[in-house]
Amino acid sequence: MITEELIKEHNLSDEEYARILEILGREPNLVELGIFSAMWSEHCSYKSSRVHLKKFPTTGPRVLQGPGENAGVVDIGGGLAVAFKMESHNHPSFIEPYQGAATGVGGILRDVFTMGARPMASLNSLRFGRLDAPRMKHLVDGVVRGIAGYGNCIGIPTLGGETTFHKGYDGNILVNVFNLGLVPSDRIFLGRAEGAGNPVVYVGSKTGRDGIHGATMASEEFAADEANQKRPTVQVGDPFTEKLLMEACMELFRTDAITGIQDMGAAGLTSSSFEMAGRAGSGVELDLSKVPVRETGMTPYEIMLSESQERMLLVAHRERLDEVLAIFHKWELDAVEIGRVTDSGRVVLFFEGKIVADLPAAPLSDRAPCYDRPRAALAPPAGPFLWQSEPEPSDYGGCLKRLLASPNVAEKSWIWTQYDHMVQSNTVQRPGGDAAVMRVKGTTKGIAMKSDVNPFFCMFDPYRGGAIAVAEAARSIAATGARPLAITDCLNFGNPEKPEVMAQFEAAVRGIADACRALSVPVVSGNVSLYNETDGRAIPPTPTVGMVGLMEDVGKHVRVAFRKAGDLVAVLGTTRDELGASEFLRTIRGRDEGPCPEVDLDAEKRLVDLLATLSERGMVASAHDVSDGGLAVALAECSMQSGLGASIALDAAVRKSAQLFGESTGRAVISFAPEHEAAVRALATEKGVPFSAAGWVGGDTLRIEARGMQLLDEPVAALTTLWRTAFAHALESADVL
Amino acid sequence: MKFGIVVFPGSNCDEDCYHVAKDLLGCEAELIWHHDRDLKGSDAVILPGGFAYGDYLRAGALARFSPVMESVAAFAKKGGPVLGICNGFQVLLEAGLLPGAMQINRGLRYVCRDVHMKVENDATPFTSLYPKGSVVKMPIGHMEGNYTAPPETLAELQRAGRVVFRYCDPEGRVVDSANPNGSADAIAGICNREGNVVGLMPHPDRCSESLLGNDAGIRMFESAVAALAAAR
Repeated sequence: MITEELIKEHNLSDEEYARILEILGREPNLVELGIFSAMWSEHCSYKSSRVHLKKFPTTGPRVLQGPGENAGVVDIGGGLAVAFKMESHNHPSFIEPYQGAATGVGGILRDVFTMGARPMASLNSLRFGRLDAPRMKHLVDGVVRGIAGYGNCIGIPTLGGETTFHKGYDGNILVNVFNLGLVPSDRIFLGRAEGAGNPVVYVGSKTGRDGIHGATMASEEFAADEANQKRPTVQVGDPFTEKLLMEACMELFRTDAITGIQDMGAAGLTSSSFEMAGRAGSGVELDLSKVPVRETGMTPYEIMLSESQERMLLVAHRERLDEVLAIFHKWELDAVEIGRVTDSGRVVLFFEGKIVADLPAAPLSDRAPCYDRPRAALAPPAGPFLWQSEPEPSDYGGCLKRLLASPNVAEKSWIWTQYDHMVQSNTVQRPGGDAAVMRVKGTTKGIAMKSDVNPFFCMFDPYRGGAIAVAEAARSIAATGARPLAITDCLNFGNPEKPEVMAQFEAAVRGIADACRALSVPVVSGNVSLYNETDGRAIPPTPTVGMVGLMEDVGKHVRVAFRKAGDLVAVLGTTRDELGASEFLRTIRGRDEGPCPEVDLDAEKRLVDLLATLSERGMVASAHDVSDGGLAVALAECSMQSGLGASIALDAAVRKSAQLFGESTGRAVISFAPEHEAAVRALATEKGVPFSAAGWVGGDTLRIEARGMQLLDEPVAALTTLWRTAFAHALESADVL
Repeated sequence: MKFGIVVFPGSNCDEDCYHVAKDLLGCEAELIWHHDRDLKGSDAVILPGGFAYGDYLRAGALARFSPVMESVAAFAKKGGPVLGICNGFQVLLEAGLLPGAMQINRGLRYVCRDVHMKVENDATPFTSLYPKGSVVKMPIGHMEGNYTAPPETLAELQRAGRVVFRYCDPEGRVVDSANPNGSADAIAGICNREGNVVGLMPHPDRCSESLLGNDAGIRMFESAVAALAAAR
């Protein structure tokens, strides 16, 4: 008997329940209600976001698999492809940071190796509240340890990421994890249950009572202090078992013994079985009594909704079942035939000889609710802004030092030295560069990867913020010498039932879509995380972009660090009189104030092309994208990473603080040997990118003047020490982590 | 010349070592599953880095019971060159092929970064191509690399020249600030009495190509090739 209370407990609206009755033509039983609840959760069904996600360009000549599978796949030539995806583990990580972050890594790895790809590199994009907010140091420490604990143990390098801090995340941290794997382009595996009569096989860890209703939990907001009570919905990770599972799957993929495979992620056995049947237009029959369980007395309801980690569901060719089982047994993993594929279009579940659920497969996803939720009108802030009338700072060098020591700009080696970023021996650019770069063994190719979004821009203008996230990722990728291939995304927002949040979401998606079209980079996979709210306060809109780029000759990759004294320095792009949403305003002036900088997508495209071409022709010694902290911070980073000073003269007709610290988009700093100057300048002109000669590399201080007036002259060694140690000091100044 | 590379469940650097031996040096190389007792005619054996059995108990504590370890011990006893890298070093300690034990790093965190080491012993089959006293840069990546042993063992290691590498600063000074994990006597690597079994925490397999920014590590593998050629 399904009561109104039960329906509410399952987070289903009256309308949604009515739709269930209509689909079934009868009242569901409890198991079936649980299945609907999980499949129709925001997390699994994308019910508030689907209508907008359709705006993304998802195709292109290199796209082998777009959105809808476990990961997107893009051809890199030579018979190889990359599979990649980004996913959030925000809610669990706020409740229990170590396991929440660890299982986030475990989940994204399974999404990638499910496709037949060997995971090669991870990134993460982390957002925390102020370091002095309650629990925050504990959360930072736990999340970093969790990512490290899982990724290091399983032997997948964590090559980079980004971490920012803002009070908007005091009550909801964000943990977005990205992974990329390599797969032969003709051996991609999909999550499809094909071939009536074929066995359905459960492999991996046993099913326990952990994580039941995790997907539903991730689709609700928090009330104060609730995080503790929800701890049982967080799963516990076992990277060693996942390592065995991954190696067994790699061995399996070299055979042709299976027709389809899918990991059991959110909503576990429910989503994997329904999605595999739904995609293939087939059905499945499963005997839940055969599912390996961790404890006695588990009910069909619990078995279907458990989110125990390190499990996969696969469909084998009937005559090759023994071969499949033998591979998993070699790796000492459970592998059990728990059912078979049918052509009934239904998922029928048995338990101890009785039917416990009988549902049509396709409608669970095809007829999932889809809402075009109401949106408020969005008005990016209009001036005048306080900063426009404020006097210039008296000590520009002091401002630079405060910026370099701020948690958002300071070097994050405290974080990334805890991640193994070298295992697999492919790491060409370690963390700290504009983008991570790995080589592809057996080829001359390199893959560049970057996760990016500036939530402060999105706060004031989610459309531009979304577009800039794509543009900035592309610029970073191109600065290393690669050309952008495609993106995955992880869209983190508040409660979509609030019109102002839905308006932010819609605008950010439109911004990303427009930028992707302008830069010719399709969206091949992604994830949406909504309800990032506590006590009714939503996070800043945070549409994280994970971009992948390709360079044909990885030997030509370019780094941030200046290379040689005597090289010339130039600024590419246009510096505008912009300080809104900058790190300078937040750190020096203590104010969150707009507006978001302008973005010119055509100019970004030209800059990306120029940067990639410069490196392909071997004309630049270093290149660095200009972002947080503006030109002064970008130049300081080129100096600090090399130990070489520079003498710089800037000439944009803007106020000096904007010259140094403004975050105008579409800019990069390059250095090159004097003999290349004419060629670099000519190429910039040809590509239509503004080129400003800015100075030269040398000495042991960073000197910057603007329009004839010296603004700062700081010893590089002192800046470096400050920048390298500030973050650890900020964290460790606390009594207990 | 054939390198045998042992694969425990949870080994992560087996393929990296294989790549150096096979693709970079052009030697024969074979991965040896931990259940195998046959070393397949290997001339040198490598225990690679990783997290054998997840390192859930204590690094290397379970791997020492793998069947292959009996064969590795017999191979070592006959004078065959054995190199344990990182987790492989931890396994050698647990198996008693090298003395001492590992504790968790004194910073209580996993550390992945470059370190410098001073070459203290150039007479092992894995270090003959490094000039004694020279400084070598290699990356580390471990949680349990804080080497410890009873005082008499440390004294014996020192007396017999069995400390192979010591952590030092870029100028070769053995100072505490250059010790990344708190190891006793700044020990980064040691060998057995005969010198044919060597273990170290840093990863030569991760720095054997200039494309990766450093090729200092390949000399360890080349040393083994030279040592075996000389022995023939």
